[in-house]
Amino acid sequence: MLSFTLRRVLSAVLVLFAISIAVFLIFFATPGVDPAARIAGRSASPATLAHVRAAFGLNRPIFIRYLLMMDHLFIKRDLTSYVNVGLKVVPQVLKAAPVTLALVSGAAVIWLVVGVLGGIVAAANRGKFIDPLVMFIGIAAVSVPAYWLGEVVNLITQSRLHSSLFWWVPSGGYVPFTQNPWQWALHLLFPWLTLAALYAGIYARVLRAELVNAMNEDYVRTARAKGLSERRILMKHALRCSLVSIVSLFGLDFGALIGGAALLTEVVFGLQGVGMLTYTSLQNLDLPVIMACVLYGSFFVVLANAVVDILYAFLDPRVRVA
Amino acid sequence: MPDSPVLKVQDLKVTFATRQGPLRAVDGLSFDVAPKEVVGIVGESGSGKSVSMYSMLGLVRDANVSISGSVKFQGREILGLSDQEMQPIRGGEIGMIFQDPMTALTPVYTVGWQIIEQLRTHTDMTKAQARERAIELLGEVGIPDPRNRVDHYPHEFSGGMRQRVVIAMALSCNPKLLIADEPTTALDVTTQAQILDLMLKLQDTYNSSIVIITHDMGVIAEMAHKVVVMYAGRPAEIGPELDVVRNPRHPYTWGLLGAVPRVEARNDRLTTIRGNAVSPLEIPEGCAFADRCDYRMEICTKRPQLKGTSDHLDACWLSDEQRVSIRSKAAS
Amino acid sequence: MGEVVPSAVDNTTAAIAPATARGPESPWRSSLRQLRRNKASMAALGVLIFVTLICLCAPLYANDWAHVNAFSSNISGRIFLNGHWRSVIQANSSGYGESPIGPTWHISNYFLGADSQGRDVFARLLYGGRDSLLIGTASALICVFFATISGLAAGYFGGVIDWIVSRLLDITWAFPVYLLAISLSVILVTSGFSVGPIHVQAGSLLLPIIIIALIYVPYVARPLRGIVMTLKEREFIQAAIGSGASDWRILRKEILPNVAPSIIVFFPLMVAFNMLTESALSFLGVGVQPPNASWGTIINDGLELLYTRPWVAMAPGLMIVITAGALNLLGDGFRDAFDPKAKLRGSI
Repeated sequence: MLSFTLRRVLSAVLVLFAISIAVFLIFFATPGVDPAARIAGRSASPATLAHVRAAFGLNRPIFIRYLLMMDHLFIKRDLTSYVNVGLKVVPQVLKAAPVTLALVSGAAVIWLVVGVLGGIVAAANRGKFIDPLVMFIGIAAVSVPAYWLGEVVNLITQSRLHSSLFWWVPSGGYVPFTQNPWQWALHLLFPWLTLAALYAGIYARVLRAELVNAMNEDYVRTARAKGLSERRILMKHALRCSLVSIVSLFGLDFGALIGGAALLTEVVFGLQGVGMLTYTSLQNLDLPVIMACVLYGSFFVVLANAVVDILYAFLDPRVRVA
Repeated sequence: MPDSPVLKVQDLKVTFATRQGPLRAVDGLSFDVAPKEVVGIVGESGSGKSVSMYSMLGLVRDANVSISGSVKFQGREILGLSDQEMQPIRGGEIGMIFQDPMTALTPVYTVGWQIIEQLRTHTDMTKAQARERAIELLGEVGIPDPRNRVDHYPHEFSGGMRQRVVIAMALSCNPKLLIADEPTTALDVTTQAQILDLMLKLQDTYNSSIVIITHDMGVIAEMAHKVVVMYAGRPAEIGPELDVVRNPRHPYTWGLLGAVPRVEARNDRLTTIRGNAVSPLEIPEGCAFADRCDYRMEICTKRPQLKGTSDHLDACWLSDEQRVSIRSKAAS
Repeated sequence: MGEVVPSAVDNTTAAIAPATARGPESPWRSSLRQLRRNKASMAALGVLIFVTLICLCAPLYANDWAHVNAFSSNISGRIFLNGHWRSVIQANSSGYGESPIGPTWHISNYFLGADSQGRDVFARLLYGGRDSLLIGTASALICVFFATISGLAAGYFGGVIDWIVSRLLDITWAFPVYLLAISLSVILVTSGFSVGPIHVQAGSLLLPIIIIALIYVPYVARPLRGIVMTLKEREFIQAAIGSGASDWRILRKEILPNVAPSIIVFFPLMVAFNMLTESALSFLGVGVQPPNASWGTIINDGLELLYTRPWVAMAPGLMIVITAGALNLLGDGFRDAFDPKAKLRGSI
């Protein structure tokens, strides 16, 4: 187990290194595009442009440029946004991270509970009414654009039913937990539900399919021949074998969301998380901020991938030799 | 006075409702299993041999199945019992071994855990007692270093070893009857012999009866006291093993026996039964084997019933005189 | 083949080959038959055909039936409704500012009302559908094409080729999907792309198509690679190799037909994913660029009118849900018919 973990971590570090190179290439070396204009923003003066060129070594070999970028980002940590002049990028990202974390963690708890329960209920009642219902909800969940759902929720809670049913729903924004826990939860309630709605459907569907497959496996037949109750077979044998794929799925989704994939939800509900930061920097073509957000996001995805692989090996002993 | 049979199957019929019509997987199977007896059920793929045993235990979960007839285990009718009523019998009184050892065990639990699970379902052993018993069982089936291996996962065992684990698990609660569905088909020949020996040895130790399902007449000759030859879901011939092997009556049995490679024989080719196994959806009204039979007669359009003297029965219209003349012609 | 003993007795009826009165049936025919019988999938297919048809008829609708121009600004336009001429953008009853008219529910006359530029929402919806469907389908095709090549090459040839392809796939996939799409789009979409002889204009639809196609290649290539690797170990492949068949021949005749079911199952799902991704990118402003319209851009346009004229944003969203939902249902049906053992992640 230990050697597997070490190998996996090393692999993750290598991938991160490769991603940093890819980010660099995309933003600094795409043929036919001038990086200085990109970094400085749309309406930069020639002086700013010259400054950027010097700071990023755009006149020097590509290898030096890469090192300079890494230097600005991680060592000096003085990469500043050229649009909001003087505002340091890295602290901005770090300030936005807890918001995203709060949003994603809360939603994750909800969608895991609902999804797993839904999957079990659907599999146990295969063929009866509740089974296709869960499946239908699952398909709907995968087909809805996240931002649109958020807007619909807003429409209902802020406008249409605001005066009657949803008067208590705040109009968006984030309240830090340390400031006011109750408001923190209230502000996050509908974002949590919206984000969770999308994923709960997927998880219920996936778990149901896995469980149904597992119940057709040979080892379930053996378990039945051993005289175990159907309930025990489902919960102890089939579920345990199916959970592995849910866990790996969860790890990947969680990592991606922390990394900023929840940006649409954040934008719609006005939460100043990393996703929102990416979005605003996109609108302004604020390249340093975009770069930092992308690297931050990738870091979490790679981390999540590694954790998932390690967890998978822990849960399914057959994988450890791979 | 003969002991009452451990298992008494009477006119077992298993039919699946399919879009193409009723699929008669098992059509009128009857046989007995006496205490400490080994009964071999032999036939080609699709002959209904596995389905008959699974349906007995309620392991056929298809919603379109209808099972009729009578199956009495130790005098008690078990056909039609609910899952809850069957659960103490499955694993507790009737043990089962399946064909593919590679997939028979749950991959995420140790073999010890799985044996302990069975023990604690049917007895009130404590965890510690069950663990000791599991180690004991692993030793009995020939797994080296059982005290260590009990905490290993199934994938850490070879195919033959895994089958031994499955056997240990099936016998863990001292069942009166052990059903083995092609237990050695997925193993190599050497391991095959070892597993069969093991089963015979255990049968002696535990005083259980065995029903062994196979397509290999060699296994029958090795193990069985009684043979049930099945074709297309119907019994073709039933009798004591020696009788059936020395004086087979049904042309299908002739084909099966002829197909066993013999060291001394100077055949250039192995005998095969011509034609293909009949599809269970297209079983004719008359004798199911008629299309492939070299000795077909007019009367074979009517389905033959199992008949015979004493305990050697066959379902064929050929009379004894006809058989004798066929055999003498073949010998010359 | 002819091994009828099933490993799980539940599958007895399924395991027995349908050697019906028609004679033995090829697996493709029996799969198609099973698909046709799946009512949900057939309904989904019907919905898809309907949506595609009406969107393709967008020019017909706009020019010949409703007589509107869906693209040019029409702030001071007027329509004839219920016997009166009315402005397309009117002053609000509250006295503050002005809003476009809401849905008229007349099929040929601003059916869903106007957007903030005075344009006919329904006409734009149909045109937008054209672009969304085009981008979704085209990028799915390109994605599946490249994924098949890379998955087959990596799985079959192994060794160095596998290592290189797998690392490329890993890196592409490690980049959070949306972030990669956004990054590439930011750089390329607003300024176009020119390398040597290849010039792609800034607003071209080709850019989102290719970007979206490429970022999803690992999603399809990895499972395909796994399937090919498993296939390679099977006896019939070993036999073909042993008999001296060339790699190309084996790939074409033995491997590809066995990988085809999985590819078929992936396709509708990829169209759905790609459509959703395109709509998200367009919503963010880095997908389809004006003057082109897609469902995503229309939602974006409708945001400012969300509380007053919700239909402008709701309608395209509903269209996406219906279309993607039908594609997913169809994909489920494909999977049941062609490749029941497929493990598919249903994730955005």
